[in-house]
Amino acid sequence: MNNPYLPYPVRIESIVTETEDRNLRTIKLLFLNPEDEEKFKYIPGQFAELSVAGLGEIPIGIASSPTEKGFLKFTVNKVGKVSSHIHNMQPGDIMGVRGPLGNWYPWDLLEGKNIVIIGGGFAFTTLRSSIVYMLDPRNRSRFGEISVVYGARFPGLLLFKEELAAWEQRDDIKMHITVDSTDDPNWKYNVGFVPAVTKQKAPDSENSYAIICGPPIMIKFTLPVLTELGFPPERIISSLEMRMKCGIGICGRCNLGTEYVCKDGPVFTLEQLSRLPNEY
Amino acid sequence: MREVYITKEKFPDVVGKLMNQHRVFGPVFQGQYHEFAELKASDEIDLTYQNTRLSPKGLFHPHSERMFQFSLAKGDPEAGIVKEAPKDYSSRLILGMRPCDAMAFRLDDVNFDTTTIKDPWWTRRRATTAIVGLGCNQPCRSCFCTSVGTGPFDPSGLDALLTDVGDGFILQAITEKGQELLDGISDGGPVPAAATEKATQLRKSAEAQFVTQFDPKALAEKDMLELFNASFWDEVQFSCINCGTCTFLCPTCWCFDIQDEVCEDQGDRIRIWDSCMFPLFTVHGSGHNPRSQKLQRVRQRFMHKLKYYQDKYHDGVACVGCGRCVKYCPVNIDIREVARLMTATCVCPA
Ligand SMILES: Cc1cc2nc3c(=O)[nH]c(=O)nc-3n(C[C@H](O)[C@H](O)[C@H](O)COP(=O)(O)OP(=O)(O)OC[C@H]3O[C@@H](n4cnc5c(N)ncnc54)[C@H](O)[C@@H]3O)c2cc1C
Ligand code: SF4
Ligand code: SF4
Ligand code: FES
Repeated sequence: MNNPYLPYPVRIESIVTETEDRNLRTIKLLFLNPEDEEKFKYIPGQFAELSVAGLGEIPIGIASSPTEKGFLKFTVNKVGKVSSHIHNMQPGDIMGVRGPLGNWYPWDLLEGKNIVIIGGGFAFTTLRSSIVYMLDPRNRSRFGEISVVYGARFPGLLLFKEELAAWEQRDDIKMHITVDSTDDPNWKYNVGFVPAVTKQKAPDSENSYAIICGPPIMIKFTLPVLTELGFPPERIISSLEMRMKCGIGICGRCNLGTEYVCKDGPVFTLEQLSRLPNEY
Repeated sequence: MREVYITKEKFPDVVGKLMNQHRVFGPVFQGQYHEFAELKASDEIDLTYQNTRLSPKGLFHPHSERMFQFSLAKGDPEAGIVKEAPKDYSSRLILGMRPCDAMAFRLDDVNFDTTTIKDPWWTRRRATTAIVGLGCNQPCRSCFCTSVGTGPFDPSGLDALLTDVGDGFILQAITEKGQELLDGISDGGPVPAAATEKATQLRKSAEAQFVTQFDPKALAEKDMLELFNASFWDEVQFSCINCGTCTFLCPTCWCFDIQDEVCEDQGDRIRIWDSCMFPLFTVHGSGHNPRSQKLQRVRQRFMHKLKYYQDKYHDGVACVGCGRCVKYCPVNIDIREVARLMTATCVCPA
């Protein structure tokens, strides 16, 4: 059996600054040993530990989709020791990836259902993975209507801008991009907070699931809207963040009651969360 | 399985011979307390001890352990690649561990050795180590093993069991590993009838000294959120100073941190014991801390031991009643009291 703590060596292929404030960068990684890519079979919603020898590891959601072969992508917010270092790394540098870790969005349950994705901030990364996955020609017919509400404080903070624009053009996904405010006269999309936009644009809750990831404040004000729209707690799905180390349910750091967020999560339904201590 | 009688005179010889075949560890008096250590000489082992202050968990899960190593040397084509570190997995024998501590490792196994994920270091050490227990003739006042499903002579976590019957030891094999060990001991003789009788007596009198402190099953039946939200935590946490002593001494507290350490251009990834009693344990990079309050941390420790573990694995509580946390807590917080509060059917208004 492989050592579950040992990262696969990877090389940074490219680093892209995503946002105007330069706090979010997307790194694209290639496995040094091609056979490691075979072992790293992931499903949208999972995360990995990014390892920098000498500094440590950080848990980061996988932003690429398994339908995109040959590389992995992660979008890293500049916070502290490891994430700041990654921001300063260069293409060609060697680092490590350990995973895939955690559970994933419940794709078998989502089959045949309408899906509304609600995201804000950098939590949009695993949602990007999910959207790319669902829009893949081999997968699109498995799902009903797909709507996306994605908010940022101002346009310069939106992630994956080119992809957003491309999805806007498609008729098999309904995009509702919004910003809290903007003085850009050419801004084509919504202005307003995510909860309000969700209220206007979310599909009928009948036969639908909602996946919501974002800052706590956004989640707090959007959940009542979803409830009002008729989404029961077992059809509202979210992904949690906790401080993590091992990522495999052994070091004891990330529990919510009986559940280890790294192994039993990070994806939970609201119904599951209602039965756990709210220590997150 | 077989049993042999070893006189106290012969015992050091037996230990000496075992030391030729294995790395042998046992309770050794160091400074003010007994600790488990690798024996350098056969007479170092002190089986008159009551129990060690630190639990023997470090024999399987060291306080700090190098997980991996790496080079950061400029020009090294392997620089930045994290690699396995060499370790000694030669056969080990632990002599004289208390049955409760050995049982604790079985409780820890469910964490380190699962069907899907196996901690490589824990599992290898478990596989290459034999444990010979020492029955407790005289339990201490802070112990409560019989309340949590084990006991002073419980063989469940052991490969063999030693009983001190005065002039000698009875050594009983419990597992195959223990049987092999006995087969290799030539200095033992048949167990005299008087010794067997003495052992039975000792066991009975030891067991009779315990009073049932609380009922783990009653904890299993309680609602998790009801316990979580109970008002008594405020009282429990009041005097705690969050020193972490309880978690460091406990044989079933396994939480650890992972850190990288660099010296010049070589580095190690190490794991070190950590404690849910410390605020840094859960703080996010953003500063947000889901357990910023002392109450939350104290509650986490007791809820994990007595409730979450039990609800997750359905096999009793994560406590073997060794009493270390009771004995060494500087402010006398007593897990037995806490368990009683948690199982009380009616919490009367103050
Ligand atoms: C499942 C999951 C998915 C995540 N996905 C993303 C993502 O896609 N993009 C992104 O930018 N961030 C993500 N985060 C948050 C990210 O892990 C932290 O911002 C990061 O660990 C901060 O590390 P640092 O070394 O820069 O900060 P420091 O404050 O210097 O942290 C030191 C150490 O503390 C731990 N730590 C600190 N904060 C956190 C935290 N919030 N979560 C877990 N461990 C922490 C790490 O082990 C880190 O090495 C995710 C967290 C989780 C749990
Ligand atoms: S909780 Fe206390 S009594 Fe129970 S095993 Fe740990 S140290 Fe011993
Ligand atoms: S030993 Fe006592 S004071 Fe120290 S952390 Fe544990 S309960 Fe608190
Ligand atoms: S991060 Fe170690 S248990 Fe979850």
